Amino acid sequence: MKKLLESLSLIEKKVLPFLEEKSISEICKKSNLDKVTVLRALEYLNNKKIINFETEKKRVIDVGVNGALYRKKWLPERRLLFLLDERRIISLNDAQKQSSLSSDEFKVSLGVLKAKALIEIKNGKIVLSASREEISKKSMEELFLESLPIDEDTLTPEQAFSFKLLQKRKEIVQVEERKKFLIKITPLGKEVMNSKELTYDLIEQITPKILKKEQNWKSKKFRRYDVTLPVPKINGGKRHFVNSSIDYARKVWTEMGFVEMEGEIIQPSFWVFDALFTAQDHPVREMQDTFFVSEKGKLPDKKILDSVKLAHEKGVGGSRGWNYKWDEEEAKKMVLRTHTTVLSAKTLSNLKKEDFPKKYFAVGKVFRNETVDWSHGFEFYQTEGIVVDPDLNFGNLLGYLKEFYKKMGFSKVRFSPAYFPYTEPSVEVNVWHPERKVWLELGGAGIFRPEITIPLLGLDVPVLAWGLGFDRIITDYYKINDLRELYKNDITKLRKAKAWMKV
Amino acid sequence: MANVKFDRATFEKEIGKLDLKMQEKIALFGTPVESLDDETIEIEIFPNRPDLLGYHGFKRSFLSFLGKKTGFKNYKLNNPEKNYEVKVESSVKDVRPFTVCAIVRGLKFDDKKIKEIVEIQEKLHSTVGRQRKKLAIGIYPLEKIALPITYKAIEPDKIKFQPLEYPKEMSGLEILQRHPTGKEYAHLLAGKIKFPIFIDSEQSVLSMPPVINSEKTGRVTNKTKDIFVECSGFDFEILEKCLNILISNFAEMGGKVYSMKVGGKVTPNFKSEFRDLSLEKTNRILGLDLNEKQIKECLERMGYNYKNGKVEIPPWRMDILHEIDLIEDIAIAYGYENFIPKIPPVSTVGSENSKEIVKRKIAEIFSGLGFLEVSNYHLTKKEDQFVKMGIPEKEESEFIELESSKTDFNILRKDLVHYLLKNFSENSDSEYPQKLFEMGKVFQIKKSKELKEEERLSSGFTPGNFTDLVQTLDYLFSNLNLKYEIKEEVKSSLPFVEGRSGEIFLEGEKIGLIGEVHPKILKNWKIKMPVSLFEINLEKIFKKFE
Repeated sequence: MKKLLESLSLIEKKVLPFLEEKSISEICKKSNLDKVTVLRALEYLNNKKIINFETEKKRVIDVGVNGALYRKKWLPERRLLFLLDERRIISLNDAQKQSSLSSDEFKVSLGVLKAKALIEIKNGKIVLSASREEISKKSMEELFLESLPIDEDTLTPEQAFSFKLLQKRKEIVQVEERKKFLIKITPLGKEVMNSKELTYDLIEQITPKILKKEQNWKSKKFRRYDVTLPVPKINGGKRHFVNSSIDYARKVWTEMGFVEMEGEIIQPSFWVFDALFTAQDHPVREMQDTFFVSEKGKLPDKKILDSVKLAHEKGVGGSRGWNYKWDEEEAKKMVLRTHTTVLSAKTLSNLKKEDFPKKYFAVGKVFRNETVDWSHGFEFYQTEGIVVDPDLNFGNLLGYLKEFYKKMGFSKVRFSPAYFPYTEPSVEVNVWHPERKVWLELGGAGIFRPEITIPLLGLDVPVLAWGLGFDRIITDYYKINDLRELYKNDITKLRKAKAWMKV
Repeated sequence: MANVKFDRATFEKEIGKLDLKMQEKIALFGTPVESLDDETIEIEIFPNRPDLLGYHGFKRSFLSFLGKKTGFKNYKLNNPEKNYEVKVESSVKDVRPFTVCAIVRGLKFDDKKIKEIVEIQEKLHSTVGRQRKKLAIGIYPLEKIALPITYKAIEPDKIKFQPLEYPKEMSGLEILQRHPTGKEYAHLLAGKIKFPIFIDSEQSVLSMPPVINSEKTGRVTNKTKDIFVECSGFDFEILEKCLNILISNFAEMGGKVYSMKVGGKVTPNFKSEFRDLSLEKTNRILGLDLNEKQIKECLERMGYNYKNGKVEIPPWRMDILHEIDLIEDIAIAYGYENFIPKIPPVSTVGSENSKEIVKRKIAEIFSGLGFLEVSNYHLTKKEDQFVKMGIPEKEESEFIELESSKTDFNILRKDLVHYLLKNFSENSDSEYPQKLFEMGKVFQIKKSKELKEEERLSSGFTPGNFTDLVQTLDYLFSNLNLKYEIKEEVKSSLPFVEGRSGEIFLEGEKIGLIGEVHPKILKNWKIKMPVSLFEINLEKIFKKFE
């Protein structure tokens, strides 16, 4: 009880003594608060179970425009009756003039009085047939008009009849939908109202003014809050969820000792394809699959160029090569990189034997000439890695991949054979999705072929390499079914998006 | 990428029941199962193994992998009989220079077998054949052909035959103009003075490669028993391999293969290749410790023979360019599931790119100010980049266009601000104020034809005025401990209101623009709130922190 009393806010306490008033407007008047505030206070009191506060919608009958007028100045038939009371017999013309009724009102009045057998019409004259007593008595309609407003569902049969009659006439009555507030004081409420401990001297909001002097708050009580109440939402600033997840990948690779690579998005075909032993007639090198830019790019120095040419035409290091005539012009064509492996190729071309061992990674956008739908897009993220050291083997490659996916939250990984022009052995990584109970294809990896390492590095050293799709990891974490949502930038959704919480 | 479909009942009868374990085995053979229903199994065949594109080739290799019939399978090649000859005239040199041919006898064709050979032909066309450009295959009923055959090129209007699926005779040109298949492949012969044909000794045209066969002499039916097979194209070695894939499938189907004399040579070349294999290297690359016997076993399960450090490679394998390709096959036979993933004790120091570190700091500063980061595409539409930004068509410049984009996103973005306006435009139902920022690359082509990529930062504020955004810029630069300046623009650049836009300078160098967006631009984007924007080049800022 004490807790409850301490939790009452100022407005609740102001309203409290007047809960038994008939209407909200009455409470407003007595408490000296506006209607919005009173309603809010009642809502609070309801939450605290001090009252049962209900609102219900009611159909209420009230006077119309004419009805309000007639209530002050009598109904037209009454005014005609007054005239007849003086004259007993009067011609229709005179009656209308002298009663100063409109022709509509006059017609209606005649009808009404005739129906009630208060008058008769003979030879164009009105003859009063009612007694004095009958005249002085208030009619049903008049009584009904006086009783307004009234709930439609509380009408007596007599009232209902009058209502029906008046409804036929012009704007005398009307029906409105009204909200009706019902306040019932609960037993707890009664107790609160009668409590002697109800104090008005509680501290509401702590203000700088209160804090100024110790006596303002010392030995005073603080009004209790309902700390469980919901509060309005606020918006904050934050990173885009795709970038948060990419930052996490950066962290994972750097923790494992990898150095980040960077580079252009528009690259010569040489680095995207030729240096990676992708034959010039490979379908990926067609406009159907890859975005081409009309400009031509620069090729690297002759040593690398000749070596790559040789790898394609006749093979290097015991390879047979692709056995065709390699065209330098084709290698100059600029494309939007189709994989981040282009960065690995360039990095290798700058490495020297003395630099080993080395580990590099990249996370970046890659591009494919695709249509856009829920499962396709023209740009997406890939994460790339290479490890260069003479002592590396295939099991090591699987080790790095397993560790990366473990950090991404996939503890069960499966490796199966795959094919890429630039790696051998090649492997495809599948991860087990525990909720969906399926294997997801997530990325390709392998050991670079000698046709790549010999021209770029100058020697045949195992280079572990991978280029892993990243968008599927993100869509899975954020339960996104449509790839387009990744870059849609729906502000409401971005504000609501959970933080990337992999640790 | 090629997917092949095999009949499930046949597969289960001849290879094994398709339970989960079998499906796993198929995947571990390097041919992932794409789908499986009551009637069909669909398998993906990677481009390095066209020899698996036909059912019989797949069956031979996969049974061997399962350890059932291991080792190199030798098919008997019979010597050419009388008139088993294809004369090659020099006229084909400039059109489609090479052909390799064979005859296969004793095949009992039924609808299923016909379907199988049509499918393998199609798959080879679309993969190694590069849609018939590099290589095209023809298969003909031998009983309709009068041997010997001639391969030559003649003027298209002199070619006359009834092509497949057509009611009457057409000329070479008419086929390219009017026949559906002719139209599809017309580009492969476009501009040639002469078209290649196979023609028999009675002057009946068999086909006009790589386009279409004759209805009369080029249609295999279920009455056919013996066939003539040819591959034509530009790379003799690939033609040989492709023919080997075909005839090894036909041999598996029960056919007897005969060589032919083709232009002075004898084809097919069904000789195996031999390659040295180092056991030491195999173990070193795979991180295993296999002995010679184990390696021999692995190789045999992948369809090879092994003896004394030499591997015998079947003549239908196209993918063995190097020893390393054999080592991969040993790994597949050993089983990818049997390798133990292990990170090596290779010690290196990791580091992030310094630009990324700076970008993260900037993102932290903006997040602290309550700005939300957006991430837009690098590709954009001309409509968004220019039209809605109020730039008339003739002033569109320095943008990079992408060739043959499949969507209307066909240029690279020149700035980030137009995307921020697009974001505001599409988010009018989200709560205001909206404060956005983005960092990323923009692209330009200079007059010197040089392609330029630079990293930028852009920020937008709505409802926001000039002051609101200058405050943000102030906060950013003071946190970066850099001094910047705003100078009034001499002539206000779009999309800003004249007199309410400024150039941003860092150490005397212009790095960006800031301003209030002009109502006419807002109208283009259907934005009903005031917007202020800035965009700065980050490259100079990156240099300060290198």
